[in-house]
Amino acid sequence: MLTQPPLLRIDTVTKAYPGVVANDSVSFEIQPGEVHALLGENGAGKSTLVKMIYGLVRPDSGTMELNGAPFAPVEPRAARASGVAMVFQHFSLFDALNVAENIALGMENPPPQRTLAARITEVSEAYGLPLDPFRTVGDLSAGERQRVEIIRCLLQDPKLLIMDEPTSVLTPQEVEILFKTLNKLSDEGTAILYISHKLEEIRALCDTATVLRLGKVVGTCTPRDETARAMAEMMVGGTLHQPSRDRHPQGDVVLRVNDLSQPAPSAFGTALKNISFDLHQGEILGIGGVAGNGQDELLAAISGEVLSPKGTLSVQGDDIGPLGPTARRGLAILAAPEERLGHAAAPDMSLIENALMTGATRENLTSRGFIKWNDARTFAEKIIKTFDVRTPGPDNAARALSGGNLQKFVVGREVLQRPDVLVVNQPTWGVDASAAADIRQAILDLAAGGAAVIVISQDLDELMEISDNFAALNEGRLSPARPALGLTIDEIGLMLGGGAAQEAAHV
Amino acid sequence: MDLSAINPAVLVASIMIAATPILLAALGELVVEKSGVLNLGVEGMMITGAICGFIVTVETGSPFLGFIAAAAGGAFLSLIFAVLTQYLLSNQVATGLALTLFGLGVASLLGHSYVGINPPSVPKLDLGPVSDIPYIGTMFLRHDAVVYFGIALTIAVWATLKYSRIGLVLRAVGENHDAAHALGYKVIRIRILAIMFGGACAGLGGAYLSLVRVPQWTEGITAGAGWIALAIVVFASWRPGVVLLGAYLFGGVTLLQLNLQAAGLAVPVEYLSMSPYLITILVLVIMSSRKGRASLSAPASLGHPFQASR
Repeated sequence: MLTQPPLLRIDTVTKAYPGVVANDSVSFEIQPGEVHALLGENGAGKSTLVKMIYGLVRPDSGTMELNGAPFAPVEPRAARASGVAMVFQHFSLFDALNVAENIALGMENPPPQRTLAARITEVSEAYGLPLDPFRTVGDLSAGERQRVEIIRCLLQDPKLLIMDEPTSVLTPQEVEILFKTLNKLSDEGTAILYISHKLEEIRALCDTATVLRLGKVVGTCTPRDETARAMAEMMVGGTLHQPSRDRHPQGDVVLRVNDLSQPAPSAFGTALKNISFDLHQGEILGIGGVAGNGQDELLAAISGEVLSPKGTLSVQGDDIGPLGPTARRGLAILAAPEERLGHAAAPDMSLIENALMTGATRENLTSRGFIKWNDARTFAEKIIKTFDVRTPGPDNAARALSGGNLQKFVVGREVLQRPDVLVVNQPTWGVDASAAADIRQAILDLAAGGAAVIVISQDLDELMEISDNFAALNEGRLSPARPALGLTIDEIGLMLGGGAAQEAAHV
Repeated sequence: MDLSAINPAVLVASIMIAATPILLAALGELVVEKSGVLNLGVEGMMITGAICGFIVTVETGSPFLGFIAAAAGGAFLSLIFAVLTQYLLSNQVATGLALTLFGLGVASLLGHSYVGINPPSVPKLDLGPVSDIPYIGTMFLRHDAVVYFGIALTIAVWATLKYSRIGLVLRAVGENHDAAHALGYKVIRIRILAIMFGGACAGLGGAYLSLVRVPQWTEGITAGAGWIALAIVVFASWRPGVVLLGAYLFGGVTLLQLNLQAAGLAVPVEYLSMSPYLITILVLVIMSSRKGRASLSAPASLGHPFQASR
């Protein structure tokens, strides 16, 4: 055992981009069969590091060894041939092609379609990831798409499987299936390099963790023996700021939703069914539920993207159902949708332009149809400064920001417009621990200032941490809201399950 | 009006000839678009092929060499487009339009001293006694090799895209170039090869016009055939079989209206002249809308420039 070389040895690898050193003398080792976590904040250099191992990027200096032999893949093909496989953060799949074709594209010498289809079925069943090889990928759910990627990797018998934030788009059930698969692989001797922001997951899954900060290795640890908080502080390099809040009395009803029903906006959408709730001043209402149960539709109904029938939505007694988003913004009803690129922000436009787009009305950034560019720039700079958005400047395109930084920007943009009612969907999705804490703190501060906030999230821990009341969305129906304090996991499970919880709530 | 002047067997035979230039150009463009590139320069590449093929055939006396030269000429012109759009990341629409104008200009410059010359005729393929079968022989079996090449190419493009590894990679590049790059495929190289294939096909189509269909050199000989080829590709939802159908339909209506004009149909000539364009597009629109999937079959990266990120 002692004489066995590590599967992968990274030795003082450095990679610099203009203006930033992404990796600075990074060294670590991975043993066969080990589940190794790579931890770090957004921009700590994790992605660059795995891209080097996968041959997408070449290091400036330093060496890598695979099974004791020098390893310097010049392209992904070479890495794959050496037994390194990778599941990408943003799926690298082709929507118009079917599962088998997608998998064939990731293989060096794919067998004929029929043989391949049989092998896909075989492997997918062996690892508990059922998948029909002839379905078109565009029709699959996020979890199923990830299965395609994983099976594509498994068919090549990888020695090292790299997973970049695999669980950020999965439901808790899908995460459980994934972990079973990964444990099985690890038992068979496949090493796994696992990148995630979710520290509790890393504690449950990983044997070792290497922590990166600003491109440097700042420590290694055994996640099972550490608390999530200790690991987060290692990543941040200081004490982690825990969101704090004072219990404060809630004020009058601001937003009243009364028996709101809406048909599904598209073939893949969910219809809203008889949704009713009251939102008070200073209240944070957490709405949980598995993705695709009406979260996007509820946000669209409140933000005004979809108009509602008369009498179903009122703010301080006034019917807002027939008002569009701009009119509602004028009434201080703001929203930050989940999809950052394309919904919350226009990817190819600058941060100034993106700030202008939702801020024009409330921040008074236009004058007689002309844009006040100086004011817009000031507003964008204020968002960047207040929310610590890491970017060279407000002239950068939204696309150029990392997910976490853009998230801070789009949430910050709404928070700074002094909303009376704010709806946010997945405010900390793909955001590292310290940035997530900042965003939650901003939401808490906003509520403390008297605003009413609806936080829609799939992260139950987050909802329990910040919300006053909790309700669950299930197939377009909203359970009655209950005080979050003292709610047990079992009770939440019942609420998420639908029906039964509603009965219980009436008792 | 005398409809008896129209001989159905001869009409079908001429339809095959009339459709071949458009079919060749459209198949080439289909492959280009499947790789995610929108080349609007088909007209320019066709007419460049037309003059290159014409000159070489006249100078050497060999139509075979002429067609080779036409393909080379079209491919060379498309290479300019490829370098501009793939390496220098110029806008594909603007570059394609410029390529058409450039091709028209180059062709008329090259062809200046060839106006009015008759090229050596392209030999019919000798199929022996089967060519003498009544009707069927006249309709289908007395053509030159290029007509059959067009049909064979349709089948080859269809089979390659559907069944082969190269076809799969090509579709993948056109569908999501970032993902294809992440998997290690050479997006730019594949696209340049596709563009050159498209240029060669357009060149062949052009030469068929100047060597067989007309056969003479006149300025603007393509008369919008390249644009029709482009439209056919889109309305055929990028399916080679439907492209074949569309090309034959266009060729058919063109000839039919010419025959009707000659037969003295009491409809203004202008209406008859516009009918091929109208009918072809109408039929293809109906076909693609009934499927309801026309937009889904479009290559998702069509017209988007690819730049490898970091």
